[in-house]
Amino acid sequence: MAAALSAAALLLGCCGAALASGVQDQAEQFFRSGHTNNWAVLVCTSRFWFNYRHVANTLSVYRSVKRLGIPDSHIVLMLADDMACNPRNPKPATVFSHKNMELNVYGDDVEVDYRSYEVTVENFLRVLTGRIPPSTPRSKRLLSDDRSNILIYMTGHGGNGFLKFQDSEEITNVELADAFEQMWQKRRYNELLFIIDTCQGASMYERFYSPNIMALASSQVGEDSLSHQPDLGIGVHLMDRYTFYVLEFLEEIHPASQTNMNDLFQVCPKSLCVSTPGHRTDLFQRDPQNVLITDFFGSVRKVEITTETISLDRDLAGFENELPKDELATEPLKYADQLPVAQIIHQIPAEQSV
Amino acid sequence: AVPVSVVFTPGSVPADLPRQLPYRDVREEPVPVGCKTPTGRRCPRSLPELLWVAPGFLARWQSQPRSRPSPPRLPQGTNVYVGKHRSALVRAGQGLAALRARLQQLTRVMSFTASSIAAALADRVPDGQLGPDARRHLKSSLGYEITFSLLNPDPKSHDVDWDIEGAVNRYVQPVLDKLSVVANFSVDSQILYYAVLGVTPRFDKESSSFLLSAHSLPHVINPVEARLGSSAASLYPVLNFLLYVPERSHSPLYIQDKDGAPVPTNAFHSPRWGGIMIYNIEAPASPQASLPLHVDVDMVRVMEVFLAQLRLLFGISREELPPEFQVESPGNEGLADWELDRLLWAHTVENIATVATTLTSLAQLLDQISNIVIKDDVASEVYRAVASVQDAMAELAEGRLRSAFQASKEAVTSSERAFFDPSLLHLLYFPDDQKFAIYIPLFLPMAVPILLSLAKILREARQRKKEPTKMD
Repeated sequence: MAAALSAAALLLGCCGAALASGVQDQAEQFFRSGHTNNWAVLVCTSRFWFNYRHVANTLSVYRSVKRLGIPDSHIVLMLADDMACNPRNPKPATVFSHKNMELNVYGDDVEVDYRSYEVTVENFLRVLTGRIPPSTPRSKRLLSDDRSNILIYMTGHGGNGFLKFQDSEEITNVELADAFEQMWQKRRYNELLFIIDTCQGASMYERFYSPNIMALASSQVGEDSLSHQPDLGIGVHLMDRYTFYVLEFLEEIHPASQTNMNDLFQVCPKSLCVSTPGHRTDLFQRDPQNVLITDFFGSVRKVEITTETISLDRDLAGFENELPKDELATEPLKYADQLPVAQIIHQIPAEQSV
Repeated sequence: AVPVSVVFTPGSVPADLPRQLPYRDVREEPVPVGCKTPTGRRCPRSLPELLWVAPGFLARWQSQPRSRPSPPRLPQGTNVYVGKHRSALVRAGQGLAALRARLQQLTRVMSFTASSIAAALADRVPDGQLGPDARRHLKSSLGYEITFSLLNPDPKSHDVDWDIEGAVNRYVQPVLDKLSVVANFSVDSQILYYAVLGVTPRFDKESSSFLLSAHSLPHVINPVEARLGSSAASLYPVLNFLLYVPERSHSPLYIQDKDGAPVPTNAFHSPRWGGIMIYNIEAPASPQASLPLHVDVDMVRVMEVFLAQLRLLFGISREELPPEFQVESPGNEGLADWELDRLLWAHTVENIATVATTLTSLAQLLDQISNIVIKDDVASEVYRAVASVQDAMAELAEGRLRSAFQASKEAVTSSERAFFDPSLLHLLYFPDDQKFAIYIPLFLPMAVPILLSLAKILREARQRKKEPTKMD
């Protein structure tokens, strides 16, 4: 009797465990993102030496994203000015993100895709929507598909509803929202994370209406985003506060970490940042609790073990595919008739046949 | 619709078959495809037109003449044997109903099902229906670039030689020739030295080998990817097949699946990216053997795995077969005719859906921004796309798969060219308050004297009209 009871209890326990693991598998399945590749578009929109901090912001995000696994071929980096080789930089070929020059975010293998005057509103929108002239090299294109998670980071000077590019033009929040809608229509992203670090940054994401977009901004409408600290050796402010704390947060993430988006929302509270960071998740389908940081900042691939093989006939030797050798042009090559330059220059008349 | 022809062997005609042969029977099964997008908007109007592509079969029943020799026998436990062209041997129970059920099962395997339709229309169908794993096959594209890479992290110990050109000519080229209907393929290969995996394998004492667990596999690919040079390749999607020869100090290296058992193929693949296989080299017989060891890679074993991964990346897999089905091996061609048909069919449907949504969204864009200029060549591409997609749907209704696929490919090319034309950039947006802010300071100062003088003219004209009555 006791044996039967204990056997029944054991059976129930096993069933319970199996059921729990089955349910957990299903739950994991449901909450995982369905992406297979990651892209990042990092834009710094300000020129001039005193906007050093915007370039440092973008380069820090670039560095974290590369460290967490996204390769250069999947990153479109747009920097509006060159700080590392700027004549006013006392430490050439470096861009620092922390005073006392602790961290050089420029590094050895930075690949800038759009530089200085190529960073315009038109080029940015062309990259996003894909309406690029056919001669554009592959590194300047955003070749995402419907299974790509894209991270878009923008920094610079902004206002209520606009972001200033190169001190001469602006992109409005409506244009940005329309560009994202064009991307959604062509299914150029699976999920999109939009981070903006400018003054009144929250106004830029107010007008989004396409699904699967999550947005973070460094300040609300009416507030200014402030910079972190100046470095007295270099003479300018090195980073903006919001990106500084985001970088600190990202330094602790490694490719296998399970930290989720809710932690990113808590980065830089008002006490540290002076402005109030904002976020918008109503267009996003999954709960931010289940979204891993590495879903956007890193590149964790889905893998499957290969269990099937096909069987090849080893002895099928006769299939040597003789490719036809290209027939090269057999006529001898010669120069085309040259201009009689000597005659023209020295005014020598051509020999006339009398 | 799928035409099916059933030929009976002598003695196997079911008793309740109608007497007149050949006999036609049409079965229709509409496939429901839900259409509410996550934000509650209705799906594009073009989508319901595709719902007529419903699986059904019309079966022609024939009886074989008695003079044929006796047919091959199916082994016990197997009820259906699917050949590599487009035929199958079926054993069904007595009676027409059992035969019908078996045929329906067979049609589902050999042609299409509700889930394969939904997967092909994947990005137009909302998320609730499919799990996140369902849409991971390669998207339909005009061409693919296949890159074979040999990774040798330890050239001091292993001098690895692989006859990739011969292997490609002998084993890969037949498969690509068969797939040439689907897309253009280009193949290249490279050897990378000192390329390490990003993960350190664990040493397992019981089997005295090194193990890579299943959950560390996703992190293997990223450190290698930067060195593969896939960004220098063409604009087509790139499929990378990597052969990794572990270092002497980490040999032999096996991949462990979730249950802890070593994987027999020692390979894994990542959807839409490619596959990696680990090729272990036995330790030299004597410890004093001179390094580096010369190794000739057994290309047949390697290509068997890579070609299987290629099939899986395209979505051709044997996993959904019911248990009593057995499939003939396609041999060096790599895939059976009906598998190729399935692939063509899925790509055709995907292309048609893509064209429909592209053209619809282009039309919506033009509605929103009324001052976009459409150039003549964009307009002609749009007309060509519409004509091609109508052709494709007509051919698909007739069942002519190859021409439907060609038409759908043309339609996709034209519609993509129209949609992504660089001239369609809409930088012409002006919000209303900005319009006021720009034009009022320009026109108001000019307008004030004009309006005042107009007012003066009117006043004078009115006075002149009154004056004659005053004068006498």
